[in-house]
Amino acid sequence: MKLAFQLAYRNLVGAGLRTWLNVGILAFTFIVIIFFNGYLDGWNLQAQRESVKWEYGNGQLRHQDYDPLDPFTLTDAHGKLASAKSENLSPILIRQASLYPEGRMISVLMKGIDGNQQSLSIPTEAFQETDAEIPAVIGQRMAKSNSLKVGDKILLRWRDKNGTFDASEITIVKIFDSDVSSIDLGQIWIPIEKLWEMTELKGHATYFIANEHYQHQEISGWKFFSKEELLKQLKEIIEMKSASSSILYLLLLGIALLAIFDTQVLSIFRRQKEIGTYIALGMTRWQVVKLFTIEGSMYSLMASVLGILIGAPIFWYFASNGIGMPEYVTEEDMGITIAQRIYPAFSFGLLLGTLALVVISATIVSFLPSRKIAKIDPVDALKGKVQ
Amino acid sequence: MRSYTIIIFGLLLFASFNLMGQSEFTAEEILQKVDENMSSNSTITESKMVIHGRRNTREVVSKGYAEGNEKAFTEYLAPEREKGTKMLKLEDKLWIYNPSTDRTIQLSGHMLRQSVMGSDLSYEDLMEDRELTDIYNAKIIGEETIDNRKCWLLELNATVDDASYQKRKTWIDQERFVPLKEELYAKSGQLLKQITLKNVEKVDGRWYPKNVNYKDVLKEGEGTDFIVLDIQFNPEIPDYIFNKASLKR
Repeated sequence: MKLAFQLAYRNLVGAGLRTWLNVGILAFTFIVIIFFNGYLDGWNLQAQRESVKWEYGNGQLRHQDYDPLDPFTLTDAHGKLASAKSENLSPILIRQASLYPEGRMISVLMKGIDGNQQSLSIPTEAFQETDAEIPAVIGQRMAKSNSLKVGDKILLRWRDKNGTFDASEITIVKIFDSDVSSIDLGQIWIPIEKLWEMTELKGHATYFIANEHYQHQEISGWKFFSKEELLKQLKEIIEMKSASSSILYLLLLGIALLAIFDTQVLSIFRRQKEIGTYIALGMTRWQVVKLFTIEGSMYSLMASVLGILIGAPIFWYFASNGIGMPEYVTEEDMGITIAQRIYPAFSFGLLLGTLALVVISATIVSFLPSRKIAKIDPVDALKGKVQ
Repeated sequence: MRSYTIIIFGLLLFASFNLMGQSEFTAEEILQKVDENMSSNSTITESKMVIHGRRNTREVVSKGYAEGNEKAFTEYLAPEREKGTKMLKLEDKLWIYNPSTDRTIQLSGHMLRQSVMGSDLSYEDLMEDRELTDIYNAKIIGEETIDNRKCWLLELNATVDDASYQKRKTWIDQERFVPLKEELYAKSGQLLKQITLKNVEKVDGRWYPKNVNYKDVLKEGEGTDFIVLDIQFNPEIPDYIFNKASLKR
């Protein structure tokens, strides 16, 4: 075995540029695979963490009529929960309203949230630090798109539970920075007690955020969505993205493997006398097949070493500095959580998995043309007559 | 001395009653007279809606048929983009037919609160079919002059829970029994909408304002003008007009 590796190494180094071209393209593929997967894993982890932190908590108990994708359900999708059942739950009530900054009219969702809640990172403590009549916290996307800043007073118009119009000024007391656009754009967060008073819907909620101690039991009229269920859609989108980007690196891998395959076919043809000599010296045909297969798979090992040498500083740089996303992606509601900087996550599993993929596939494509050696007549081979 | 005081006090009381503009009508009677003047069993109206936007002004011409307060049918005639769009209101239901998609949709819930063709009017504003006297308690709170016309100023306070506006103020022309101005207020007392009625003309023996401006006062801009080009009171309207089938006709 050791001999096989030594021979293979010598042959590869001896082949010069041809070897380095094969190793180069395979190393490039190796880096691209790890980079893409690390990038998607990083996005996935960040998006999940941020979504839980800002939007989902430990799950949501939703009113049975509430559909987050259908704003028309908001009018009637709210109700009360017996206080015993609302333990470890924080209520959120959603109502539609119109905001009038500088004479423009913007449709917004006003979301009432408990000022003492700990389940989400929305800075509700800001409600306690102000004496504003209706304090509101908004996200930085909402603030930017409507030129709002802390201290601004804006007129808000809404309807109470009977549909009667009411209007009053709200004061922006805090602007938060979150990667989750679905709790930011077109939304204002106000104390739920105030919203109950404004809409005459005392004690009502559209949904509840569960904390880590919440144990769900069936409640009629309400539907519980666990954290995992809520994250499912996000995971599916990222998996789909991962599948579509795999086409790119599979294509690259295909080109690299084709080059190895081609090199193997050529070397078996050109090294007939060498093959004949090995057999004449007492090696079995399969030992020669193994020798050529090892030689082919050596490309992948060399590519892996080269890939790690070149890739490591690149991976380290991006993992610590992140990859900046364009503003239009992060500032608009793309329907999925995307951070302003995505920090790729290069796990040990990803490295080993990619290494295995490259080595195994390179070994297979090296073995396929080498099988021909098993059928070679050593005399013909020595004479160089194998076609 | 004591008798003088009583006489002076009596005169002041008499004068103050006169100054308060006590008319021969009560607020309810005024509203009733306005209703008699403004409403009829049926109408056919050709009108133009001028929507003043932030950057441009759009004009939408339509022809509307109405019977009582519960049946209304409107067909948009211009501009080209809106031409053929039809709306049918039967009691509390509203359907809209869009010729480009050849589809009829029924508006409900929050869709009714959307603006009609980008104007300051919502579908719900068009849907309101209750008499003012059914929803509001009216009282005369003063007299004012608008465009050289003496007006009663009436304050209307909602007597039902589900009125869109808790309070209204309306200025009624004392001679012609036509409102010349109206203000709609939120529960907090914030003024929300202002309606100005102008160009009052005599049509079929009744006074009718042919130019109405609706203005969302919270929004910048000049609001939306609703100009009546032609109106017929109490015409015969065939039943098939107020039928869903007429939307696609």
